[in-house]
Amino acid sequence: MNIVVLMKQVPGTSTVGVDPKSGTLRREGVPAKTNPYDLHALEAALALKERLGGTVTVLSMGPPQAEAVIREAYSMGADRGILLTDRAFAGADTLATAFTLSQALKTMEFDLIIAGMQSTDGDTAQVGPGVAEFLDIPHVSYVKEIHGSSGLHACYGSVSGEETGLPVGGDGSAKIKVTADLGDVLVTQEVSLPALITVTKDTNQPRLPSFRLRKAVSDRPVEIMRAGDMPASSETYYGLAGSATRVERIFPPERTVVREIWEGEPRELAARLAAVLREVAVR
Amino acid sequence: MDRRFTAPNEDDIRFLEDICGEKDVISSGPLMDDYARDEMPWVKGYPDVVVLPETAEEVSAILKHASARRIPVTTRGSGTGLCGGAVPTAGGIVLCTTKMNRILEIDEVNFTATVEAGVLLTTIHQAVEARGFLYAPDPGEKTATIGGNIATNAGGMRAIKYGVTRDNIRGLQVVLSTGEILDLGGKHAKNSTGYSLMNAFIGSEGTLGVVTRAVLKLLPLPKHTISLLVPFGSLRDAIRAVPKVMGTGILPQSIEFAEQGVIFAAENYLGKKFPHRSAPAYLLIRLDGNSREEVTSAMEHVGNACLEAGAEDVLIADTPERQSAVWDARGAFLAAIKSGGEVDECDVVVPRDRIADLVEYSKEVAEKVGVRIESFGHAGDGNLHIYVIRDSMPEDEWEEKLARAMDLLYERGRELGGMVSGEHGIGVAKRPYMEKSLSDVEIALMARLKSVFDPAGILNPGKVVRFPE
Repeated sequence: MNIVVLMKQVPGTSTVGVDPKSGTLRREGVPAKTNPYDLHALEAALALKERLGGTVTVLSMGPPQAEAVIREAYSMGADRGILLTDRAFAGADTLATAFTLSQALKTMEFDLIIAGMQSTDGDTAQVGPGVAEFLDIPHVSYVKEIHGSSGLHACYGSVSGEETGLPVGGDGSAKIKVTADLGDVLVTQEVSLPALITVTKDTNQPRLPSFRLRKAVSDRPVEIMRAGDMPASSETYYGLAGSATRVERIFPPERTVVREIWEGEPRELAARLAAVLREVAVR
Repeated sequence: MDRRFTAPNEDDIRFLEDICGEKDVISSGPLMDDYARDEMPWVKGYPDVVVLPETAEEVSAILKHASARRIPVTTRGSGTGLCGGAVPTAGGIVLCTTKMNRILEIDEVNFTATVEAGVLLTTIHQAVEARGFLYAPDPGEKTATIGGNIATNAGGMRAIKYGVTRDNIRGLQVVLSTGEILDLGGKHAKNSTGYSLMNAFIGSEGTLGVVTRAVLKLLPLPKHTISLLVPFGSLRDAIRAVPKVMGTGILPQSIEFAEQGVIFAAENYLGKKFPHRSAPAYLLIRLDGNSREEVTSAMEHVGNACLEAGAEDVLIADTPERQSAVWDARGAFLAAIKSGGEVDECDVVVPRDRIADLVEYSKEVAEKVGVRIESFGHAGDGNLHIYVIRDSMPEDEWEEKLARAMDLLYERGRELGGMVSGEHGIGVAKRPYMEKSLSDVEIALMARLKSVFDPAGILNPGKVVRFPE
């Protein structure tokens, strides 16, 4: 099973300031980290690889320092890493980002793409499904469980669907069975490979980076792809030029904390508390 | 009640109400149950009256009255002790400090915080960290009061680098049983002025006086931390790696050890998977420093030392999510073990190279006595927490087996050059073991010290030292 994991670098704290003039995030001097959801995606991929063989490739897009995400993925067990970095990619919205990633994926072979359900900075949850649309493959968002990831699993590429004895699609391709958490309902479905899934934090507990691996892979290169390496070469598809949306203003959400101290008899306080809880919709 | 003491009567209760106000004096009702116990399940004792003073002057008036009337006074914070130290086994008054809960000052020039005795440890940590400071002691129980921490000389996970509570106290305000209010120590960093009376009160478990206020030593808050989860093929290998880690010249903030069984228990308790689970034993190491480069370089040295010592790998927890995946589990060890029912604990401290001997011996004891035993603890400072677990054992069998197991464990601890309590204190539960482990001269000196500070013998009678004959 050849798996590609989409990963992104995000600010390392939840207290990133907003420049009041330009309306953009102040990222300078803020430590960066891998988007926490993407670590669950990587863990899911590594667990599948451990059972079925194959390779795990990490694909990221960002400025040159985003290489750190791929280096970290190497120390967790990823085999190969590709960073899409080019000035032409700068300012991309979710549409242009999804397009750019899909272009790189068109140059690669894969059975399954796994992404985190969203990033902790943008929170849109659009890029994963967008990539699947551009590639014209099926996708399932908010996957909380990959069935069979603890046993033998349907796939194609390294192991054929037929060999696993699991259901085979009409075109002879293998399927994977996943459960998606849609908030009110859980949906368990089979999806033909190749496919894209985005995973929630319930999927697994990501492994920690290994100091031993980190030393062993210290000279493994990170592959770089630029705009010129993409099948669709027109620069108007990428970055700000390829974006359908413009950021007008970014502002931190308003936070209001109301604290009241009540005094009185326990019976009276309990009734009052129950009334308030009912009001704030504990049903 | 012991014939040397008097039970408080209605006049005494009225006296307390006059001092503290009616609503801060409790002498009946369901709340009395809460004051009859701490976190040690089998030590129980009901107070006749509970009083919640708000000032040292109120404490002074209470103690003067109690001395004159020979009413026992047991001081208590939030009751999270593990040895029955705050349980009023002699009845009388429980003096609860939780209404003395103000942070009076954070002095950014002298690096001190002045706090009342009833402030919770978690409140102190939050308040000083928000100002860029560290109050270093880090006992697992964050809802303990600072007064309770001082009473037991609590330790915690950062002791290897920053010491225990005693090492981080600059000054104390103490009320004697005779009513005098003493201010000992202060904001200064040094003091060679006579005997350190202040230190006599730290770890005295409310038997010498009542601490009402403390001046805490603060440090600059380290800006970066990184944690390492280090799997080993056996606990012995893990413990043997500790001197190699220390030999790098880098002093970690914490070095904890845990065996697989405790980690599985914590996973079940939290409903959350640990990031690695296949190794029989683990070290958890936390490094701190002021720059990312400093902690990364420390990690390289410590990581290599662990690998050379035979670690399977060294796993890096370098983000808040990863650190909490490791440390949340560590924080839940005690609760996880206790969630299965009744347990009793042996909080011995041994030289750190003897930890593996004692843990292995605890397994022999488990087999010999026929009882389940789990342990974890502080590999960096030699302090173990060995739990004897009741499971579904009938009462008399449990009592008999527990006593045998504890006798064996404490005896071996003593042979290995250890002490009965590393950080929980003696209270009433561990007193027999302390008496066996210290010399008669030491025990007699402790008893005399007690009678000097508390001539009427009313302060927490029967704890740490016996009633005078």
